[in-house]
Amino acid sequence: MRRARTSAGPELERLVELLGKLPGLGPRSARRAALHLLKKRDALMRPLGEATLAAADKVKTCSVCGNLDVTDPCGICTDTVRDGAVLCVVAEIGDLWALERSGAFAGRYHVLGGLLNALDGIRPDDLRIGALVSRVQAGGVTEVVLALSATVEGQTTAHYIADLLADLDVTVTRLAQGVPVGGELDHLDDGTLLTALRSRRAM
Amino acid sequence: MRSWTGPAIALSARRHGENDAVLEVLTPDRGRLAGLVYGGAGSRKRALLEPGSRLDAAWTARAEDALGWFERIEASGPGAAALLDDPAALTAVQYVAAVLRDVLPERQAHPALFAATGVLLDALAAGPEWPAVLVRWEVGLLAETGFGLGLSECALTGTTRDLAYVSPRTGRAASAAAGAPYADRLLRLPPFLADPAAPLASGDIADGFALTAHFLAAHLMAPLRRDLPEARDRLIIQLGRAQRM
Repeated sequence: MRRARTSAGPELERLVELLGKLPGLGPRSARRAALHLLKKRDALMRPLGEATLAAADKVKTCSVCGNLDVTDPCGICTDTVRDGAVLCVVAEIGDLWALERSGAFAGRYHVLGGLLNALDGIRPDDLRIGALVSRVQAGGVTEVVLALSATVEGQTTAHYIADLLADLDVTVTRLAQGVPVGGELDHLDDGTLLTALRSRRAM
Repeated sequence: MRSWTGPAIALSARRHGENDAVLEVLTPDRGRLAGLVYGGAGSRKRALLEPGSRLDAAWTARAEDALGWFERIEASGPGAAALLDDPAALTAVQYVAAVLRDVLPERQAHPALFAATGVLLDALAAGPEWPAVLVRWEVGLLAETGFGLGLSECALTGTTRDLAYVSPRTGRAASAAAGAPYADRLLRLPPFLADPAAPLASGDIADGFALTAHFLAAHLMAPLRRDLPEARDRLIIQLGRAQRM
């Protein structure tokens, strides 16, 4: 009986293996992506390879806020139009990008690199909390906005940071919690309704 | 097919792929139970999967030892949302979920521990009196896992009155008089652990946490070659700062 050939060579296997490590891709979808790339070698595969190499070589982590950029400090930290007195604390760079997309915030950021998590053993020392306190102690910051998720981990981290900043001359605020834009009360979970009612304000 | 339906308490959830999550819950009759939640990474279900959420759940697996999946999960209370404004309560939920995940084997029934955890969650949501409930819950956790403390009578004299110490070696109580000569080598027993009706005095909660920390570390965590979750230390600092010890 003839043995079925399952591989098109080690190069392709390696490509599939690496693509399969990307978030959201498993072995099957990685194989589909690899085949798609091979079909579009000049239009997609080579530019993707060049872009990946360029990003790997040039993108750095900002030593001030933890954002990613080709310069250190990053474009946001060096932007003189931005309000350096207001610092927005986010868990991950993805959260910073989300706030930037909204265009609603014109201050500066501080990326923690995660949230306190007892289950995964993530302690305060594993996050960029010390760097945040140093930034505030250095002066010039009047408000710290804790833009952390409304989860047990997010709010545990928020309270921990608020405690650390309590003795410093800075106002600590957090994002509102409650009814999302477009949300219908009938479809909201009990927890969201509870926090929305607690956070109600005068009209 | 194996299936189970009943009340559950969410312990942890991990994202699985783009849309789903693997949820671990505490159940009365199946102990710590894990399963896939389809759509668990989406905004509609994510709030249900927060540690400490009280759930009604239906779980199914193709075989007894398979991961399985939750066919249905519904909230049966406000869950973690009720605690978001109490920093120490949030830390307590993280600690409780972490220690249960560390020490409980999967799929071993612990109805009393489930009931005690429900009482603790109710206490966390109810107000500031919960630290004493948490210390009692830790004593219950030790008992449920086979390391019950003997806090009802003095191991030396048999008296049930004036119990003031606990031997760190045997876990048995000693009265104030019998324990006095060895006081520097004994753990202090706060009155509320020997007598639920005893009023709380300043320092009792701290003594209770010191007592349970010794036995939790020695009997539950050391065999696993782990320390107690760091959240417990953070919790004690928070309670101390808020003068709730």
